[in-house]
Amino acid sequence: MTDTLFAQVLDEASRADPYPLYAQLRRTPVSRQGENLYAASTYRAVTALLHDPRISSDERKSRTGAGALAASGRLIEDGDERRPGFIFLDPPEHDRLRAVVMRQFTPHRIRLLGRHVETLVDELLDRRAGQTTLDVVDDLAYPLPVTVICELLGVPREDEPRFHVWATALARTLDPPEGMSEEEVARAVSAAAELRAYLVELAGQRAAHPRPDLLSGLLTDASGDRMNPPEIIATMALLLIAGHETTVNLITNGMLTLLRNPEALALLRERPDLITPALEEVLRYDPPVQFRTRTTLTDVELDGVTVPAGANVALLLASASRDPERFPQADRYEPLRQDNQHLGFGGGIHYCVGAPLARIEARVALGALVRRLESPRLAADPPPYRQSASLRGPRHLVVEAARVT
Amino acid sequence: MSSPAAPGRVVIVGASLAGLRAAETLRREGFRGELTLIGDEPHEPYDRPPLSKQVLAGRASPAHTALVRAPDLEATWLLGEPAAALDPHTRTVTLAGGREIGYDRLLIATGTRARPWPAAEEAALDGVFTLRGRDDAERLRAALAAGPRRVLVIGGGFTGSEIASVCRELGLPVTLAERGPAPLSGALGAAAGSVAARMQRAHGVDLRANTTVMALEGDGSGRLRAAYLSDGDVVEVDVAVVALGAVRNTEWLAGSGLAADARGVVCDAACRAFDADAVVTDDVYVAGDVARWPHPHYDGLLLAVEHWDNAVRQAETAAANLLREPPAPLRPHRGLPAFWSYQFGVNIKSVGLPTIADEVVVTQGAVADGRFVAAYGRQGRTVAAVAVDSPRWLPAYAGFVAANLPFPPDLHASDAPDPLRPVPAGLALDDRATHSPTAAVTGDGPTASDRSTHRDPRSPLTAPPL
Amino acid sequence: MRVLVDLNRCLSYGQCVFAAPSVFRFHGAESLEYDYAPGRALAEEVRHAAAACPVQAITYAEEPSGE
Ligand SMILES: Cc1cc2nc3c(=O)[nH]c(=O)nc-3n(C[C@H](O)[C@H](O)[C@H](O)COP(=O)(O)OP(=O)(O)OC[C@H]3O[C@@H](n4cnc5c(N)ncnc54)[C@H](O)[C@@H]3O)c2cc1C
Ligand code: HEM
Ligand code: SF4
Repeated sequence: MTDTLFAQVLDEASRADPYPLYAQLRRTPVSRQGENLYAASTYRAVTALLHDPRISSDERKSRTGAGALAASGRLIEDGDERRPGFIFLDPPEHDRLRAVVMRQFTPHRIRLLGRHVETLVDELLDRRAGQTTLDVVDDLAYPLPVTVICELLGVPREDEPRFHVWATALARTLDPPEGMSEEEVARAVSAAAELRAYLVELAGQRAAHPRPDLLSGLLTDASGDRMNPPEIIATMALLLIAGHETTVNLITNGMLTLLRNPEALALLRERPDLITPALEEVLRYDPPVQFRTRTTLTDVELDGVTVPAGANVALLLASASRDPERFPQADRYEPLRQDNQHLGFGGGIHYCVGAPLARIEARVALGALVRRLESPRLAADPPPYRQSASLRGPRHLVVEAARVT
Repeated sequence: MSSPAAPGRVVIVGASLAGLRAAETLRREGFRGELTLIGDEPHEPYDRPPLSKQVLAGRASPAHTALVRAPDLEATWLLGEPAAALDPHTRTVTLAGGREIGYDRLLIATGTRARPWPAAEEAALDGVFTLRGRDDAERLRAALAAGPRRVLVIGGGFTGSEIASVCRELGLPVTLAERGPAPLSGALGAAAGSVAARMQRAHGVDLRANTTVMALEGDGSGRLRAAYLSDGDVVEVDVAVVALGAVRNTEWLAGSGLAADARGVVCDAACRAFDADAVVTDDVYVAGDVARWPHPHYDGLLLAVEHWDNAVRQAETAAANLLREPPAPLRPHRGLPAFWSYQFGVNIKSVGLPTIADEVVVTQGAVADGRFVAAYGRQGRTVAAVAVDSPRWLPAYAGFVAANLPFPPDLHASDAPDPLRPVPAGLALDDRATHSPTAAVTGDGPTASDRSTHRDPRSPLTAPPL
Repeated sequence: MRVLVDLNRCLSYGQCVFAAPSVFRFHGAESLEYDYAPGRALAEEVRHAAAACPVQAITYAEEPSGE
């Protein structure tokens, strides 16, 4: 498998603009893209599969293994206590674990964090005040979500440099194995082990001295279906990575999109309240999570193609959200778009747990950038991209401005 | 929209969900002419589903369920007076007070009303209620808030079951009498009904299945005192809620020459009304609870659907077709019926038409856990699904129904019972349930007149013990 | 203001409950209930909720139209 369209999507050369490839992929809603690999590209096909009980998120059920698997059970030796995070599990286990987490993810807790987000954003941008350049990634989009997720979970912020490396290595494994080198897999394996050891130790501390954080909450949950210790560790790892590698891209992709669409930027400067629909449109137009892979539990016929049992199917969320059959002017960024039923946070039972938090962070961060950068412009277009094809976003986004206020 | 043939005056009779949605669609599609809505209720359009749920439970005020409406509707609202007659030849609607309103195109959206208790003197007793509108909800809520000794709910359809659920939430003793084998059995079948029955009993409902209420009895001052059940019991109650399904509001169309009877107004899939000679009209349209139409997915059998979703979508289709200028194609109203309810703390959603099924199978989850999806089959194909506290799966099942997936569906779902156990759905019960099902096939021809169908709900299916 | 949720479309994703907890809430595990007529002070939250709903089931009108 060298030159299928999906292989080209995975190729780093396409990272800056995979959308023309998606347009080609949409000519066939469900297409074969490799030995045991299919891709669903249209809005109709992707939404159908997101809700389809014949489709599994458990990579262990694939004939060949779906992702590069570090974050899943593949890197777990037999008899080991480790298990996949619930993003890689199916009902009924998935539903039970997710429900336990949702008990901790209360609107109240998110609200409190949201208030803190405003202060954090101000502090981060104050550090650049008076200057004329800023790297959206390093100066705001990365540190903000990391600080917030640490606070939510109860992970010490000072340990960030350590788990940053682990999170990046593990997030990379969401890409199919075809796109990864042997070395990267090895890196992910050791990252998984180190992250786990770190979390086990932290859990020990919190069990002894609970705090008002999510980890302590999971450990002290007194309900009948509470998580056992290995499940808590797996869930913490999932939340840590998910909170690390996604929101950064939403903020960055958002700023990039606005800088490429000056009318939209001007509109938001005038009407800051429109940031809400403008952000939803970023989630459609240039989403941080481009695709997720699934596995068929039985033969599934869709749009005239039969995907055999045990095959991997890449659900191209980013392609579906650009489907002109669903969205008029799909390739245009329209901050006031109506009926924007995008798939930026997925859909069905695995719909993003962190969406409410990510929305607050991105709204506040992007709103502040719009407000506080005078006459901003891109230093490089396209900017350099990070490696991952599925969790896609710029590595740096240097903006030159008359002034950061 | 400035073609010479464009209608100048559109009149909508029935100013509720379907009527309002049609009016909004007309404006959205560019209609600039005169728009008149005629409604017999004095209220502006409001939402009914909360009336049997949060409103009755006291979590929302009956006055606060008004529907969102487009700000720029520019319509004339004639509220508080019913339309009494229609003359399609002169294109005139006559109001009860005699006023005549002319139209170029008409939309009929008069919906349904609650089927009353058949014995008028008993129905008039203080303490006997029905529930369809806001005022009904206001009265019933006050009666429940007064703390009656016991409430009797007559009929275990969705509305009756929801009312019983609210009573239990309020801590009120409640008896529910259902002529069929179980609550919800008319809409979802006896098999699913048995799950509902367990749920009701677990919540403390005194459920009397296979039982009818023979008579209601008042005390000397005309207050409800007791009810006589076909199982021989006499229950002392202060409040009885008659939840026997709905009657279509078509009386005002008598003499209009349209194919309208107690089962509804017949229209085609483009929502154009048929006249009594089965000729389709091109200036009278129908939408919502009052309509019957041949659904493309169900072999042309006439469908009547008393669901919120259908009212909205049929109204939108009717309005778009009403404005259409040939040669633009007509839009078919073909979406699958879909419904939601919640009661006893669980969310119940369905898609497709369970009432035509012969078999049902749990495909995901477990009944015992209170979260599951069940698929319904007819002659080997999947025709409907019901999701209990599992709404996020339902869109897939809508796809399965639309695609006529074989039944039982071979899903291999990770949470499927192993093996799958299809059972008879328990629907071929010949109109047993006390309430009418809220989505059903109602015959096969536009002109077939109503030899009505509805038996006296008081007559039990088997002889009561003497 | 006025709010209306199409509960057929609603798949109980709960995003509205996070965005506007004093307007939207769950009754039981999966059944959404909401305030049809929240005060004007909640308008911004309702806008957020409507934008966040993954199935775009929420409509609202800031001014109850008085025709
Ligand atoms: C208590 C209750 C709970 C419900 N719960 C649910 C639920 O959970 N899920 C669901 O899917 N559906 C539910 N429904 C059904 C849903 O509300 C109906 O499908 C919907 O209201 C149908 O809208 P409609 O406009 O067609 O008819 P209606 O809402 O019945 O409106 C018809 C209007 O026309 C008026 N009218 C009648 N005759 C005349 C006349 N001659 N002249 C002028 N006006 C006239 C009526 O008074 C009424 O205002 C419920 C209904 C009720 C009553
Ligand atoms: C902009 C930021 C984010 C985006 C675009 C995003 C996107 C997604 C998507 C598309 C999925 C679906 C995966 C699938 O279907 O397989 C998902 C799942 C998930 N996300 Fe996010 N996410 C973001 C932020 C977050 C944050 C901040 C957290 C944690 C606090 C988080 C936690 C999760 C979890 C736990 C799941 C798995 C849910 C399940 O399997 O039930 N996400 N996310
Ligand atoms: S966000 Fe939308 S789908 Fe989710 S509960 Fe609210 S209305 Fe329902």
